[in-house]
Amino acid sequence: MELIDITLIWLGIIGLSVFMYVLLDGLDLGIGILYPFAPDEQSRDTLMNSVAPIWDGNETWLILGGAGLLATFPAVYTIYLPALYLGVFLMLAGLIFRGVAFEFRFKSSRTRPFWNAAFAGGSLLAAAAQGFVVGTYIQGFEVEGFTYVGGPLDWLTPFTAFTALSLVIGYALLGAAWGILKTEGLTQRWLYRLAPWLLLLLVLCLVGISVWTPLTQERIMARWLDNWAVLWPLPALGAAATVLLWQALRRRWELVPFFSGMALFVTVYLGLLVSQWPYMVPPEITFREAASAPESQLFLLLGVLLLLPVIIGYTAWTYWVFRGKVRAGAGYH
Amino acid sequence: MEILDPLLLSRIQFAFVISFHALFPVFTIGLAAYIAVLEALWYVTESAVYRQLSEFWVKIFAVVFGMGVVSGVVMSFQFGTNWSEFAFATANLLGPILSYEVLTAFFLEAVFLGILLFGRDRVPRGTHLFAACMVAIGTFISSFWILAANSWMHTPDGFEIRDGIVHVTSWLEAIFNPSLWYRFGHMGLASLLTGGFVVAGVSAYFLLRGRGLEMNRKALSMTLWLLLLVAPAQVLMGDLHGLNTFEHQPTKVAAMEGAWETRQGAPLYLFALPDADAETNHYAVGIPNLASLILTHHWDGEVHGLTEVSADQRPPVAPVFWSFRVMVGIGVLMVLAVLWGLWLRLRGRLYESRPFLRTLELMIPLPFVAVLTGWFVTEIGRSPWLVYGEIRLSEGVTPALTGGMALTSLLGYVAVYAIIFTAGIYYVTRIVHAGPGEVGPVDEPSHAKRPFSAADIPFDEDADSSNLSR
Ligand code: HDD
Ligand code: HEM
Ligand code: HEM
Repeated sequence: MELIDITLIWLGIIGLSVFMYVLLDGLDLGIGILYPFAPDEQSRDTLMNSVAPIWDGNETWLILGGAGLLATFPAVYTIYLPALYLGVFLMLAGLIFRGVAFEFRFKSSRTRPFWNAAFAGGSLLAAAAQGFVVGTYIQGFEVEGFTYVGGPLDWLTPFTAFTALSLVIGYALLGAAWGILKTEGLTQRWLYRLAPWLLLLLVLCLVGISVWTPLTQERIMARWLDNWAVLWPLPALGAAATVLLWQALRRRWELVPFFSGMALFVTVYLGLLVSQWPYMVPPEITFREAASAPESQLFLLLGVLLLLPVIIGYTAWTYWVFRGKVRAGAGYH
Repeated sequence: MEILDPLLLSRIQFAFVISFHALFPVFTIGLAAYIAVLEALWYVTESAVYRQLSEFWVKIFAVVFGMGVVSGVVMSFQFGTNWSEFAFATANLLGPILSYEVLTAFFLEAVFLGILLFGRDRVPRGTHLFAACMVAIGTFISSFWILAANSWMHTPDGFEIRDGIVHVTSWLEAIFNPSLWYRFGHMGLASLLTGGFVVAGVSAYFLLRGRGLEMNRKALSMTLWLLLLVAPAQVLMGDLHGLNTFEHQPTKVAAMEGAWETRQGAPLYLFALPDADAETNHYAVGIPNLASLILTHHWDGEVHGLTEVSADQRPPVAPVFWSFRVMVGIGVLMVLAVLWGLWLRLRGRLYESRPFLRTLELMIPLPFVAVLTGWFVTEIGRSPWLVYGEIRLSEGVTPALTGGMALTSLLGYVAVYAIIFTAGIYYVTRIVHAGPGEVGPVDEPSHAKRPFSAADIPFDEDADSSNLSR
């Protein structure tokens, strides 16, 4: 047992699942955020179709993340959810409306404006709610033992509102990069024009957060100042990704914006983790304290090791079965 | 302020969201099995009727499944938002069980559903049948895990509590706890009954209007054979389930029976108004000794009464008592209906008898009512316990939750679900009214792998058909 640190393995798995969710659902939420501003109704069709086959699977990662956290780091599950109670409700309401709008919109005409609004509004709401989670994670939780004792609206501060805005812009940028990859003609030209502005705003937001956070949180300031010698590559890589993204947009490259956008997200995510390490519920509870019993972590780990390859196998197989469709289908250019 | 009690509001909210969610899976589990059978028959006989039926029911399945998914996402956060102390105390045990549900069932369903809905012309016929079977099996696997979690809360086993936290001592005992198989069996049969009575009712609807005669006769005949087995089996299974509960949760059974005093030769009440303050029933009408006979299989067997435990350990009696009667009443009605069907069939009048077809049509909502009242019996009968005999409801609720927050979210969920539910029901009725299409090649919709896009019926009347995916 000493040789293998199960808690550390789980930290890796959960960290990766959360990031998978952020990237995958981030791009389809981003499409929803950009959606009302699209040049015409036909572009809207195209935009929606570009994420239609994948959003469903993307959300299964959220469910796995929720159940997985309960199983392996219960303190995170049982402190974050009460602390963000109303925010969680708003996120779920957003996801519900958006989920059914996908389906009903294509079959409606009289009620179409309603489903359009449900899709855009639901995406915006869900993205903003997730931004509040990030802000609250940076800001910290008021706990006694393993119980949340703060107020119902502690998550709603100017700082968290700023992180929410930043995440909305970030998701919109991811969505735009995805759209550039998946569309052409009018829609794609519109996205090429829009994306640099989104990037500019996002960079301003990130700089804002990077200044605001250490000024209010001494521990995070100390972390960065004391370890600057090893940590400098993170912001450097972030800057490099930004420059690459900017160039790619200017030169109208199709594939690079998406990957450089993802790279930017990776550096920001790592930066956040570094700031708070080893706390999972800052400023009190570390990931080891938040962990569930070793028997439970082991029991589930066995299942994950056994089943994940199978799941990946049959997921890949269906993607292969439908491989032609993504290009050929009517709304799919 | 009574009304702003976070505990009470959380209970109402939980009951509301899970009742709403449970309506969808209970139907999709039964329907998925039916679709798999149709696909198998189509594979073997190549008779177009089966394929036509399957394609019709797959459309409905897709919409109901989609609603099940969105309401299910809400469920996975309820434990943390409103019952954080409970979730924290039981995470070692319930966390892995719920995660296994995602790993073994949800991914399976989500992935093979794509093949079932859109893959008919893309994969070999055998593979398509395989996908239908995987979806059906997936729905049963997810109910297995969720019922394992729920049953553990009723008859906890295989654990010990250290410093207020549940630690698992035996996974086998915890998962296969004493009420699991009874609950799984009863719920499985309930799903088949739900799927069966809906299919039978819809076929009756078409037969009454003279539409798609050959196909709907086939569907009616098939489902009535199935229901002839399942409806009586459910009565037996319910009896066994009740006997098991009698052994492990006698107070719950006392509430179901309206039994206040422990006595021998207890009567079975058909009607009564239980009065918790006076600890008695008003206007009771009962059949002497029958409760003893059912529960102990002795004419004079002893049935425990509610007064054996102090008042703070009793569940609210009236809702349990009445929910139980509604469920059992519907179970009996179902048996009568299938016997009527058998009698008509033997006389060769199954497809002509208008009163019978009309009855089947009217019975469509009944299985859903039975399922909900069944859950009310189970869950309300458990209170004041959250984990029976171990954790009380009041110990499980989130400490930081205020009445205002709980009320806001409760009203919010009611509003959101009201809109979604209306739209969904409206759309399903439209698909049913449009009826099964003709047999022939089906075009691939342009946006694959989304549940609802299998249904190509317009949402509003004036939807312009050029927008449709067909
Ligand atoms: C179509 C649905 C349906 C029908 C016709 C019946 N039931 Fe049922 N019943 C359920 C659907 C259901 C359910 C929703 O599936 C429940 C709730 C929880 C559970 O395990 O099953 C349930 C619970 C439930 C319980 C509570 C178990 C506990 O203590 O947790 C008992 C004792 C019975 N049933 C007994 C019966 C009897 C004697 C029936 C026949 C006459 C019957 N049920 C018909
Ligand atoms: C607290 C209880 C529950 C939770 C947390 C929960 C959670 C969920 C979630 C997250 C989904 C969507 C999964 C997806 O993306 O495919 C779902 C769907 C489903 N649930 Fe539940 N659920 C609960 C209760 C139940 C019950 C009581 C049953 C049946 C016995 C059930 C059976 C199913 C099935 C079969 C599906 C597949 C979708 C469908 O058929 O509509 N669940 N559930
Ligand atoms: C699917 C159908 C279900 C229905 C209709 C249902 C219904 C209810 C009702 C009416 C209550 C309120 C009980 C009271 O006021 O005393 C309740 C409570 C609860 N149930 Fe269920 N339940 C279902 C399944 C489940 C499952 C699958 C689980 C867990 C895995 C579960 C866990 C709970 C919890 C945690 C509570 C809150 C405590 C309580 O009020 O009893 N239930 N449910």
